[in-house]
Amino acid sequence: MIRFDRVSKRYEPGIDALSDLSFDVAEREMVVVSGHSGAGKSTLLKLIAAVEKSTGGAVLVGGQNVSGLARSALPYLRRRIGMVFQDQKLLFDRNVFENVMLPLSIAGFPVRDAAQRVRAALDKVGLATREKALPVMLSGGEQQRLAIARAVVNRPSLLLADEPTAHLDSETAADVARIFHEFHHVGVTVLIATYADDLFPGARRLQLSHGKLLP
Amino acid sequence: MKTWLVQHREAALLALRRLAAAPVNSLLSLLAIGIALALPAGGQMLLANAVHLAGTISAVPQISIFMAANAERRATTEIESRLNKYGGVKQVQFMARDETLARMKTNPGLRDVIEALPGNPFPDAFVVTATDERPEAMEKLAAEFRQWPLVEHVQLDSAWVRRLDALLKLGRTAVLLLGALLGAGLIAISFNIIRMQVLTHRAEIEVSQLLGATDAFIQRPFLYYGVLLGLGGGVVAWLLVGAAALWLRAPLSELVQLYDLTVVLQSLDPRDSALLLGFAAGLGWLGAMISLRQHLR
Repeated sequence: MIRFDRVSKRYEPGIDALSDLSFDVAEREMVVVSGHSGAGKSTLLKLIAAVEKSTGGAVLVGGQNVSGLARSALPYLRRRIGMVFQDQKLLFDRNVFENVMLPLSIAGFPVRDAAQRVRAALDKVGLATREKALPVMLSGGEQQRLAIARAVVNRPSLLLADEPTAHLDSETAADVARIFHEFHHVGVTVLIATYADDLFPGARRLQLSHGKLLP
Repeated sequence: MKTWLVQHREAALLALRRLAAAPVNSLLSLLAIGIALALPAGGQMLLANAVHLAGTISAVPQISIFMAANAERRATTEIESRLNKYGGVKQVQFMARDETLARMKTNPGLRDVIEALPGNPFPDAFVVTATDERPEAMEKLAAEFRQWPLVEHVQLDSAWVRRLDALLKLGRTAVLLLGALLGAGLIAISFNIIRMQVLTHRAEIEVSQLLGATDAFIQRPFLYYGVLLGLGGGVVAWLLVGAAALWLRAPLSELVQLYDLTVVLQSLDPRDSALLLGFAAGLGWLGAMISLRQHLR
């Protein structure tokens, strides 16, 4: 599903976020990328969705080298990937339903089926009763679950999450982690960058330190 | 195809919602565009009326020949036969002084004046049209007639037609120039408003890109916004010109009555109205397009 082949990412001037990184993630696998703050976890996820481009090596997603993709091809890559961002990136002028609807509108999903999909996604994360609420009215845990619902509404085969349990109390964090486990169980490839890797027992670990993979 | 339509409808609705979300801002923008467009549109309205007026007045250039008041009937007849035989003369219309007097007396304003005069103040006259209507040829013909005996005055009325023609041409150029200038102004206004819109919706644009939106998807609501701005401004301009036409109608018809003309000032005709709205929408779109090229990358 994902292959990193001697990937490096350098931010000018001369800061190596990742260097000479090689690993594979198989289909339906759940992988936790852990490491200290600044170890390069976020960068790694951004390279997969081509939000950033590697400065060396190849990042293959589904056999496609995403660092070489033309700008016009990026949208179609990203529609296949569900992303939960570190800062969530919710739209605060749209309600819960509309936030989750956005990826489907973007993909040109038929309207009637789309509403059903949105409700199914909200139901899965336990927000079925909050669809008219604005994001500001939600608690931290609810906002995180909303971000997850938006990431999975397209039913992507690959789910990326950047620190999805940060700033959550332990009970809420466990709740969010459980949702990721559920998606993993139904066959989604899940890649989670987190420093709380104990929340994801059974997942394969990739330990990053200063942009390098620890054995 | 259906998806495409749905996406366009959604983008248009989103643009409408954004316009409605800041009503005061939107109204002021529409007013600015409307006033800018009202200038060339108003010019076109006046021009179209002037062209219509010019069309109602005979455009065939004529030469009027007035005999001396003391010319006898015989002299006049001789001139008439000379005119009829003269090469280059197409048609001769004789206007006897008695008939002219009778005709003028039917005008109630003039009758009192004429009756106060001792005799018939009108001379015998001919109205001549030429085979060659070019101004130079007409001028030559008139000069020839001036040499003839007992011809008191020869008047070439093609001069004012030429003046009117030149004036209308100038008016057309002025309207075009004004249109081009203020059209460029509209593009600038649209450019700036869309720039502000892009800044306002930065977060939404970024999230949409991350969720796999194409550039076309992201640009669409902004382009509709530009089109709606232009179109709305065009409607404002159309209303302004219409109101001006109504308001000017009475005073203008009073004015031209003094020149024995009747004019009912008309607002923009359907063709000009459609052109105005079409151009306004198109320029709004163009401004938005240029702005997006600059600010969306």
